Amino acid sequence: MCDQTFLAINFGPCEKCGKTKPLMNIYIKTDPINYCSLCVEMMANEGLRDNETLSSLKNESETLKSKLEEERAKLHDVELHQVADRVDALGQFVMKTRRTLKGHGNKVLCMDWCKDKRRLVSSSQDGKVIVWDAFTTNKEHAVTMPCTWVMACAYAPSGCAIACGGLDNKCSVYPLTFDKNENMAAKKKSVAMHTNYLSACSFTNSDMQILTASGDGTCALWDVESGQLLQSFHGHAADVLCLDLAPSETGNTFVSGGCDKKAMVWDLRSGQCIQSFETHDSDINSVRYYPSGDAFASASDDATVSTSICFPILTLLLFMCSPYTVGRLLFTGYNDYTINVWDVLKGTRVSILFGHENRVSTLRVSPDGTAFCSGSWDHTLRVRGFLMYVNIGLLRGIPVSYRGTKSDLIWALLVQFQMIVILVSGSILEVQSIYFL
Amino acid sequence: MPVINVDDLTDKDKAVMEVEQLRKEVKLERALVSKCCEEIQEYILAGADDDTLVKGISEEKNPFKEKGGCVIS
Repeated sequence: MCDQTFLAINFGPCEKCGKTKPLMNIYIKTDPINYCSLCVEMMANEGLRDNETLSSLKNESETLKSKLEEERAKLHDVELHQVADRVDALGQFVMKTRRTLKGHGNKVLCMDWCKDKRRLVSSSQDGKVIVWDAFTTNKEHAVTMPCTWVMACAYAPSGCAIACGGLDNKCSVYPLTFDKNENMAAKKKSVAMHTNYLSACSFTNSDMQILTASGDGTCALWDVESGQLLQSFHGHAADVLCLDLAPSETGNTFVSGGCDKKAMVWDLRSGQCIQSFETHDSDINSVRYYPSGDAFASASDDATVSTSICFPILTLLLFMCSPYTVGRLLFTGYNDYTINVWDVLKGTRVSILFGHENRVSTLRVSPDGTAFCSGSWDHTLRVRGFLMYVNIGLLRGIPVSYRGTKSDLIWALLVQFQMIVILVSGSILEVQSIYFL
Repeated sequence: MPVINVDDLTDKDKAVMEVEQLRKEVKLERALVSKCCEEIQEYILAGADDDTLVKGISEEKNPFKEKGGCVIS
């Protein structure tokens, strides 16, 4: 009897049921809890029930997804380029860099055109946001943000204000003033407050509302004047990287793309997600609505661009950064410093544009389509417009793919393509490599 | 302030969100691809004449053309 060992038990009130009972010594993540054995059993069972629910949810999600795919496949009876078979192919596409905007001290992350088709705003990693006049290349305004990595910027529809944000988790609106005595930073208005970085922002039809997307997985609609949250959009399971509003005539929706590989279409008023698309294998870097409003394109790190027309999907190949569509043409910017131009109907590449010395981070077409601007990690922005629409019927069949220094280009052009030289009669120094198909 | 930060959500909450969304989507009405493609094609071809980036623009009208130098006489 004397050499029996006894287990030392704590005796006291259970933290859960309150009864005075022998307590179990249990630790949950280094916190000691004093429950009686009955409560411990119940707690363990609860945990089980949670896990069961999680896996049953995942199963349900899988079955729903495969059902959706079935439905979509039933309707996917033809590809776009088959329907567009009889449409003439586009002729030679010649685009020239008209302006190079230099002035940012670091990578250009985002840009937006003003509705007057002339001004644009750009933001960069060094924290500066600059408003340029693209015709004269003058810098009209410059603001230094209190944070670096200003990932989003937008021009107000009226042209009187700009919005920008990034690592400061906020979207700030700066009214533009030409008064030299006024400090732009003094009039700054903090509109949006997120819990993680701001990845994209856009004004809606008016200066009064702004839509933002953030690394905290939500999108939100804010009232600029009061800074109030009007609507928030939850549904992404990871950072939202980009958003685009539908063309105003076609309705109150917008599309967002995120690191969870999903592109989601939302209703602005109700905050509901109308549709979601999971066709990419990696983060979706950019989404853009078609001008017609019933389709959108999404570009991703997995090297593809998908155009989702209602439900079916077209995939075009290659690594991407950001696309923009103007009816027939789709522009895409890449990590390999180039910009590809695609014919949407045929699904073929029309042209490659060179010129940037680092990754292309952002692309926008001007409101009237006379030019488009690309911003890059090489600290510059390039505004490109038409040189001339050249009919190269005579020259078809001559393979050219040149990518060299400026002096080499001239030489090649003069020697081989005298026809082109005469027709062009502009500054040959600026001509980008021409791809003949 | 938006109500959630996605990092704070548990896997279970994310799965619940996903399943609810999918349930809604399965019920939607869909159209045949061929019909949608026709509509897109019509839209693009109708706008082709106005599409400066496809058609090009004459140098006089191009706002981005290089300005000539000054001539002092």
